[in-house]
Amino acid sequence: MQKKISNLPFSGTPEQEEKLKAVIARHKNEKGSIMPCLQEAQEIYGYLPVEVQTMIAKGLEVPLEEVFGVSTFYSQFSLTPKGKYNVSVCLGTACYVKGAAAVLEQITKNLGIQPEECTADGLFSLTACRCIGACGLAPVMTINDEVYGRLVPEDVDGILEKYKSGNA
Amino acid sequence: MNMVNVKINGMPLSVPADYTILQAAKEAGIEIPTLCYLKDLNEIGACRMCVVEVKGARSLVASCVYPVNEGMEVFTNTPKVLKSRKMTLEMLLSVHNRSCLTCKRSGNCELQALCKELGVETADRFEGSMPDSTYDDSTLHLVRDNSKCILCRRCVAACANQHVAVIGPNSRGFDTHIGCMFEQPLGAVSCVSCGQCITACPTGALTERDQCGEVMEALADPEKYVVVQTAPAVRAALGESFGYPIDTNVEGKMVAALRRMGFDKVFDTNFGADLTIMEESHEFLERVKNGGVLPMITSCSPGWIKFCEHYYPELLPHLSTCKSPQQMTGAMVKTWFAQREGIDPSKIVVVSVMPCTAKKFEVKRDDMNAAGEEIADVDIAITTRELARLIQLYSLDFRKLPEEKFDDVMGEFTGAGVIFGATGGVMEAALRTAADVLEGRSVEEIEYKEIRGTEGFKEAVYHIAGMDVKVAVVSGLKNAAAILDRIKKGEADYHFIEIMCCPGGCVNGGGQPIQPASVWNFNNVKALRAKALYDEDQAMTLRKSHENSQIKKLYEEFLGEPGSHKAHELLHTSYVVRSRY
Repeated sequence: MQKKISNLPFSGTPEQEEKLKAVIARHKNEKGSIMPCLQEAQEIYGYLPVEVQTMIAKGLEVPLEEVFGVSTFYSQFSLTPKGKYNVSVCLGTACYVKGAAAVLEQITKNLGIQPEECTADGLFSLTACRCIGACGLAPVMTINDEVYGRLVPEDVDGILEKYKSGNA
Repeated sequence: MNMVNVKINGMPLSVPADYTILQAAKEAGIEIPTLCYLKDLNEIGACRMCVVEVKGARSLVASCVYPVNEGMEVFTNTPKVLKSRKMTLEMLLSVHNRSCLTCKRSGNCELQALCKELGVETADRFEGSMPDSTYDDSTLHLVRDNSKCILCRRCVAACANQHVAVIGPNSRGFDTHIGCMFEQPLGAVSCVSCGQCITACPTGALTERDQCGEVMEALADPEKYVVVQTAPAVRAALGESFGYPIDTNVEGKMVAALRRMGFDKVFDTNFGADLTIMEESHEFLERVKNGGVLPMITSCSPGWIKFCEHYYPELLPHLSTCKSPQQMTGAMVKTWFAQREGIDPSKIVVVSVMPCTAKKFEVKRDDMNAAGEEIADVDIAITTRELARLIQLYSLDFRKLPEEKFDDVMGEFTGAGVIFGATGGVMEAALRTAADVLEGRSVEEIEYKEIRGTEGFKEAVYHIAGMDVKVAVVSGLKNAAAILDRIKKGEADYHFIEIMCCPGGCVNGGGQPIQPASVWNFNNVKALRAKALYDEDQAMTLRKSHENSQIKKLYEEFLGEPGSHKAHELLHTSYVVRSRY
């Protein structure tokens, strides 16, 4: 699947930029410097929007398209921001046969976003992930470090409401 | 030379030690099929079309990148090899938009040719999903149809070789596609319009924006006075589309063809080239005299101009302000010629035939309106390939056409104008005129051989009228970037630099007939085409731009002196800073 590209406004801070500049300076004269820069940039910003990739391309003096090509090749890189709460729905085999698709669909309806997207208020992001090793609880999802198991679509609205109202 | 002994299909052969299997096989009369391989440009061994068996090797090897060694035994035609190549091809076809009947590259498509060569019997052996593919027509000069892309990376390599590198492989696996950063359309990034990607493409995934229809419409309109001009490099390559050998100059037949299509006047951009030399050498001498910005850099190549605007905007003051020969010719058609003939310039359509795709961009630039705000100097720029297509559309039997001459006034040209089409030609032409002006006599040594040849970088010092003139000639934007970096550091003390966007100059422009890799990899196409131009120059009596009698008349009647106020208004232009990201 092709990666989604975020169209939310970039909200990087001067502190983050300083950190990224230091990362670029450290890797600049290394061979294959794009990968480590992207990895560390993602740690700093949480994702890799065009503003960040442009800073890397300029800093390393490599074409921006080359940076983008690398960022879309490896699944570890994300082009969309993570929300305050990252909802991750397992679509591994066990969860899938136990109805994870319907759970996921209810979440997309509730939040108004698709997998690999983030809500405009920055509160929720959604990920469809592979097996997380909790097959006994299938279907399962995590919200940040919290695990929710044996889900049915009807559970979804209530769980999300806790996070929306700040009672999680 | 260090030689090694190898056996190909049991045949003993002695070849240079630095050869690949592909090269060795060629010497043995075996043309191993290739698809992604372009010599010196794209040597990545990715497509697996050129696989062969090597005795002792674990699996089939890619002969395009596999070096020979002593005692090596190679088999190019075993059932295993043939089966593998055929299956590779069938898998490419399974995700290919097979609309060959209407494809522009039909008959000149390397994928199609291979299907025939390798005896592919069915195109749908591996039917299944098709990847999503983009169709990008966001630029003025080309169209990308990824449904015909085979992911060979030849365009990516050509773009990187131009130091532009705005296209590359995005995503991976089944989703892999060639695109721009953040999936922007090509028109939104710093592409310079050179079209080198098009001539590198083996299929119909990349084609020039076709404007044949617009030309035909203009020709059919009785209200319009339609003038055509042809660039020097076109005559050196057009013949290739009609089966002539690569170094054939088809000037006479080309003129005959254009006349038969119904153009009211068939003019030569060489006239504009001679005019460019008058203005540019004058500008150069003025800069030297008055302490202007040096080195001065030529401005004939619109891909180079756009590159400078995007990538080195701080060096724009080094560019000559002269319009290119195409624009100068157009400007003079719509002012001087229109006035002489009493034609309303708004009724004139100027069509130019160029070896270049960036010319399509250039005609739409601001500050290219000599005859008035709404009147473009040139209306439609078509490539050599489009001209070949038009000749077919008008059912002209090209090979049977007579040889004819350009029309009067702007059909006269000198040898200096002709060689504009090859790298070094503009510099040589400028030096021929500058030397005469500075020495105040007709200088007899007019061949500046040090700056000829297809190498990307050449330099020389010429002693003219007691002054040492240091010049450099550069073609290909990678080489341009290198010299521009030196200028920025203050390490390039040249007086005058010629820069051409495409490697080898206009003869190898992005609008020229496409030669398949099988020809490209084993011939110096650039040098062969350039030879056709230098031969024409050598055979001419008039070989200096200022000897062109019509140019003299133009200055007497209309412009005054080179560099006059009027010349500045009509023949010079300005540049803009563009962003890189």
